[in-house]
Amino acid sequence: MLTILYDGIAYGMLLFVLACGLSVTLGLMNFINLAHGAFAMAGGYCTVILVNRLGIPFALGLPIAFLFTALLGGFFERTLYVHVYSRSHLDQVLFTIGLVFMSVAAVDYAMGSSQQFVQIPEALQGQFEVAGIGMGKYRLLIIVICGLLTIALQLTLAKTRFGSRLRAAVDDQRVARGLGINVGAVFGITFAFGSGLAGLGGALGAEILGLDPTFPLKYMIYFLIVVTVGGTSSITGPFFASILLGIADVSGKYYVPKLGAFVIYAVMIVVLIWRPQGLFARGAAR
Amino acid sequence: MGAPGNKVALYLKRRARWSPLEIAFWFFAFATIWLFPGKYLILKDTAILALFALSLDLILGYAGIISLGQAAFFGLAGYFAGLVAKHGIITEPVIALVCAGFLAALLGFITSFLVLRGSDLTRLMVTLGVSLMLGELANRYSDITGGADGLQGVEIEPIFGRFRFDLFGHNGYVYCLIVLFVCFVIVRRIVYSPFGLSLRSIKGNTLRAAAIGVPVKWRLVSIYTVSAGVAGIAGALLTQTTAFCSLDVFSLERSADLLLVLIIGGTGYLYGGLIGAVIYKFLQDWIANLTPQYWQFWIGLVLVVIVLIGRERMSGWIGSVRALLARLATRFFPRSLALRSASPEGH
Amino acid sequence: MPILQTIGLEKRFGGILAAQNVNLAVEPGARHALIGPNGAGKTTVINLLTGVLRPTSGRIELEGRDITGLLPHQRVRLGMARTFQINQLFLDLTPLESIGLVISERLSTGADWWRLVGSKSAVTDEIVEIVERFRLGDVMHERTAILPYGKQRLLEIALAFACRPRVLLLDEPAAGVPEAERHELLATIEALPKDVTVLLIEHDMDLVFSFAQRISVLVNGALFVDGAPDEVARDPRVKAVYLGEELDA
Repeated sequence: MLTILYDGIAYGMLLFVLACGLSVTLGLMNFINLAHGAFAMAGGYCTVILVNRLGIPFALGLPIAFLFTALLGGFFERTLYVHVYSRSHLDQVLFTIGLVFMSVAAVDYAMGSSQQFVQIPEALQGQFEVAGIGMGKYRLLIIVICGLLTIALQLTLAKTRFGSRLRAAVDDQRVARGLGINVGAVFGITFAFGSGLAGLGGALGAEILGLDPTFPLKYMIYFLIVVTVGGTSSITGPFFASILLGIADVSGKYYVPKLGAFVIYAVMIVVLIWRPQGLFARGAAR
Repeated sequence: MGAPGNKVALYLKRRARWSPLEIAFWFFAFATIWLFPGKYLILKDTAILALFALSLDLILGYAGIISLGQAAFFGLAGYFAGLVAKHGIITEPVIALVCAGFLAALLGFITSFLVLRGSDLTRLMVTLGVSLMLGELANRYSDITGGADGLQGVEIEPIFGRFRFDLFGHNGYVYCLIVLFVCFVIVRRIVYSPFGLSLRSIKGNTLRAAAIGVPVKWRLVSIYTVSAGVAGIAGALLTQTTAFCSLDVFSLERSADLLLVLIIGGTGYLYGGLIGAVIYKFLQDWIANLTPQYWQFWIGLVLVVIVLIGRERMSGWIGSVRALLARLATRFFPRSLALRSASPEGH
Repeated sequence: MPILQTIGLEKRFGGILAAQNVNLAVEPGARHALIGPNGAGKTTVINLLTGVLRPTSGRIELEGRDITGLLPHQRVRLGMARTFQINQLFLDLTPLESIGLVISERLSTGADWWRLVGSKSAVTDEIVEIVERFRLGDVMHERTAILPYGKQRLLEIALAFACRPRVLLLDEPAAGVPEAERHELLATIEALPKDVTVLLIEHDMDLVFSFAQRISVLVNGALFVDGAPDEVARDPRVKAVYLGEELDA
């Protein structure tokens, strides 16, 4: 059972890294980006090409995936997304669903529809046995990387100037602009970074989540659940929501395999009935 | 009583009258039975999609509720209709259809309270979550539902014992078209009623609606329930006319396609879903012939382009086309004057 | 017995006390004005009275009945209607439709989904009456969004009036109305039936003093002075609040 807890935590932290960009985007610009999963997919496929086909070491493949996806995110943000910021939520949903369909089909065309596997280095395969718990080495890596990232994110947000500008802009965009904060630039950088994180998550997660062209569609709902349950006004909200959902999903699939993701959806609906603004949200929802 | 009161009454009633355009539309719709004898299958799919889109228009165009979860009602009623036919519980298709609609409406009623809480995003998530959840349930109980293979062995009895569902789909299509028309008439009546007017007021200004005595929550619950029932009837029609039902009735793609149909056709004037369905099916057929594997890409592109152009501009174009048609209509039918401009619009 | 009264009404927003111990009593048939400097909490009081906000403590009674816990639409059904400082109209509907909607809700045919709008003569007759009273006859078929501001303001009041309330709360009805259209507005308010109690919030002192029989002054969320217009006009404390002069020790 503790193995399940361990796996659940690893899964949850992975979900967090994947979803936190989405959470900040939603909180910052009130923009529902359903195409977030497409960036994760891009990172995954980038790593596959680098590691499998070009023979680049895995340790290098990860940061390159991050950079690649961050640049991709920045590019799309400036060229496409910027035109839909002021639109209604319905328009944003339609727009980003359209992007998802396009990316899914494009990747299917370019890379084929079968699942891709990243060649993980020998050192990361297999597992440790610690006090009777089987701890997968790869999952350990995920926990370590994601944990470090989370701490770094929280520190950036809390201690740096950029972090305080970001928090100000999330809190009240108009006032932040009035104070001279370049909200557009803050958003561009944040969007790029969030997409990069998604790409990194996609690269890390290819092994655990399975990477194929339908990835954005399959996992979009998970990211949205993390964001809805965790709220958008902090990093800690989505973090705890991810861990909760990771554990719930892994245990659900283990103990009641045929119900699959039913557990997650039920948890989400129950949480939303109880707290429509999300478990951890402070203040008014938009 | 008084003369001015009568004038107002006449004006309001005339708006609800069937315009020549509408009559022409339905005349042509029924004429397709004889005009396109080889195309019954795609016409039938279009009719079902139109009914499904009508259900979403009711809540999106008239009450302002964004939903990605109409598939839940579609699928629930679809499986119900299949199962009652397969196990011989209800053999008359029309009765099964009505029961399926009521079941879907019941689910709509139960989930409506979830949907009314929270923000747009919450609503999106809850509606999507419910339909995906039902999909997982259908997968879990695959011994009942057939799981990923779909519901097999469904046999549908002839309607009223007389009209068998034939291979060419003629009876199936006529059945769907009649059901679509009946549902449309009922929905149209609702929309032109005081209830329908109160819905438009809720969509336009919820705060003021409450301030003039409209019990907002209960009206929204009612329309959501009705919309679920209509979606359910569409789902049951699909199962009955194809004698098959599978898990994809609950999928995200189905709900997303529905949004696309309404975006193409426009919301808030009832014909958006119908016209959108026709255009969508046509697009789908055409694109699928060009690139059978990757048509999803082009559909995505259409969505992106439509949003970038802007729905206001698009409904502006649609509006001018309709105004043009209305002017032509008044040329031929001078009595139904400028009242077309006062149709319930909520783009 | 007052037709509308508040007992110890209080509203806190976090650390801010927007309304404190407000004891307001409005007599039946009164022409009562609520005035005070900006930010005094007048709109908060109206939002509390109509149920848009829940009080932190205190009670509200309408015709002797405790309505503190009721939702806005329930209070409307009991006979209390309001207008908004910033027009809250149904922009896509015509004045005819908007007024018709209010009347039909009031006559409890609002939930009627089978009848067609316009089929009840009681409703259409009343629509005509209200349209005439509020001088909207020439614009009744236009979309509200394109009406001139003065007409929109008249419609704003017409909608509240169509609820046939026993108590009508007007939140700054003259706000933003250009000089040329003011006269029509003021005349319409003057002509409201005597059996409708009117509580008016206003900044326009001409309107207040020509219309009101009783004035309450709200400052920093608390009721300051309450009395007949000439008493209030002469009260030095009121002058101090409005003109910023120093109070006597």
